[in-house]
Amino acid sequence: MNSLVAIAYVPDTETRIKVAADGKSLDETDVKWIVSPYDEYALEEALRAREAAGAGVVTVVTVGPERAKTGLRECLARGADEAVWVDSGDSRYLDALATAKAIAAVAREGQYDFFWFGQKGVGADESLVGPMVAELLDLPHVGSVVKLEVAAGKVTAHREIEGAHEVVESSLPVVLTAQKGLNEPRYASLKGIMGAKKKPIAEKKLASLGIPEADPANARTRWRKLELPPPRQACHMIPADDPAAAAKELVRLLREEAKVL
Amino acid sequence: MRFLVFIEQRQGRIRKASLEALALARRLAGGPVAAVLPGKGVTPLAGALGKSGAGVVYVADRDDLELYSNKGYVGALDAAAQKETPDVVVIAATAMGKDVAPRFAARRDVSVLADVMDLRLEGDRLVGSRPVYSGKARAEVDCGTAALQIATTRPNVFPAERDEAAPDARVEKLEVGEIAPRAHVLAVETSESKELDVAEADVIVSGGRGIKGPENWPLIRDLQQALGAALGASRAVVDAGWIDHQHQVGQTGKVVSPTLYVACGISGAIQHLAGMGTSKVIVALNKDPEAPIFKVATYGIVGDIFRTVPEVAKAVRAAKAE
Repeated sequence: MNSLVAIAYVPDTETRIKVAADGKSLDETDVKWIVSPYDEYALEEALRAREAAGAGVVTVVTVGPERAKTGLRECLARGADEAVWVDSGDSRYLDALATAKAIAAVAREGQYDFFWFGQKGVGADESLVGPMVAELLDLPHVGSVVKLEVAAGKVTAHREIEGAHEVVESSLPVVLTAQKGLNEPRYASLKGIMGAKKKPIAEKKLASLGIPEADPANARTRWRKLELPPPRQACHMIPADDPAAAAKELVRLLREEAKVL
Repeated sequence: MRFLVFIEQRQGRIRKASLEALALARRLAGGPVAAVLPGKGVTPLAGALGKSGAGVVYVADRDDLELYSNKGYVGALDAAAQKETPDVVVIAATAMGKDVAPRFAARRDVSVLADVMDLRLEGDRLVGSRPVYSGKARAEVDCGTAALQIATTRPNVFPAERDEAAPDARVEKLEVGEIAPRAHVLAVETSESKELDVAEADVIVSGGRGIKGPENWPLIRDLQQALGAALGASRAVVDAGWIDHQHQVGQTGKVVSPTLYVACGISGAIQHLAGMGTSKVIVALNKDPEAPIFKVATYGIVGDIFRTVPEVAKAVRAAKAE
């Protein structure tokens, strides 16, 4: 069972976001970077499939600047066998299509049963790259998977939709995006961390993969401006000495002032 | 400019989020737009889409489109796009829309303005506004020089205006080639008594660690039912196993924008605020006056939620009975 797991190396979810001087990108000073939480579920599921089959290789891939290699090392420490870093060079803000094309180019160089993605990165939050890679490779995909059963030559995946689960059967190879609830990701062991230093990270240049969208002039989507949300008005505190009176006042305000009841 | 809107239905009911997308497209186009409706037995639903902004509806009505498959539904969208040759495609950012849009975009060698909360035209170019970094910032986005512009719209944000005087839409049958999807839906399992999903709800009542244990959900459920709301939860109580993840609001859960969000016993970690900070009105019920949730709340009551929540439920019921 060979898997290719694509990861995004993104600002820690606890990070306070600041806007850079250009007014349209992230101020990266003091930002702590992490492997996107959903990608951890994806990696864990690939590792388990390899362990259950008793054979196979788990490859992790990322498209990004040099720091993204740290994210690959973390995945190697958790048990991935090998890694591919696609150096995005100056094009640090690739759009989803360019990223998907780069991952698809790496995917075509190997033989994989599973292509795993997190259901979203927690950066641009677009949830686009996984299904785009499926389309580019002409493969089936199942998004937002919360449970997976693997049988000979096929999978049954439970996917989260509004208020329900869809049970989807797919042939292999298949593209899957991982949703929270799929599994409990393991931590890297000390042995894993030591071993990761010896595992290979193959390096590719985005420019050499022949992706026109890597040139910002060809970007299919662009950020024109990045802003923090407008501050909310100060909270109207309702005195709570008498809970019944406070509740009545709250309901009155919701009806008459906010007009939402 | 030519607009095409993807219309989603499940079990013969058009999704409200799709009507929102359709009304938005009509507003931007300044007149009726085209729509595509895939499914089984959906032809009778098509004409009435005229009230929501459709001039023509391309209908792919087939037995093998009864259940969703990305191959079948993207195929229907693709076939409609070949007929209509749109400049803009709008799709609601539902679970289905998030599945369909990126595949269709990659097929056409473009990308998507994903999950926009605002969409306008500058000349003939779309400009969207969308939350990034899990709602901690907003990006203004456009499609560069791409010829085909695609946007997915966040449910519950755009009004689903109807024009009752508008004529029925013209219905055109769509020929879709062989589908035979390699990934197909075996079953749809409705979870927990067909509950309203937080991503679609207009009102959400959420519980956090302040409820002290899963045995106390009835406290929150009571207010949820009084308001006719969906039930939300903080990450802490989901991680503790007190409730299923589908209820989680926040960075690693759902990002929501209801009209009214009531947070009960939720301190307001940055990850939670990222998921609900765009709600129109926020009510915070918490015993700690220093809790960060009060920094984003519209109204707050500091107190023991075991005393305040039942009183609020009672007051809501009394007000609704008037």
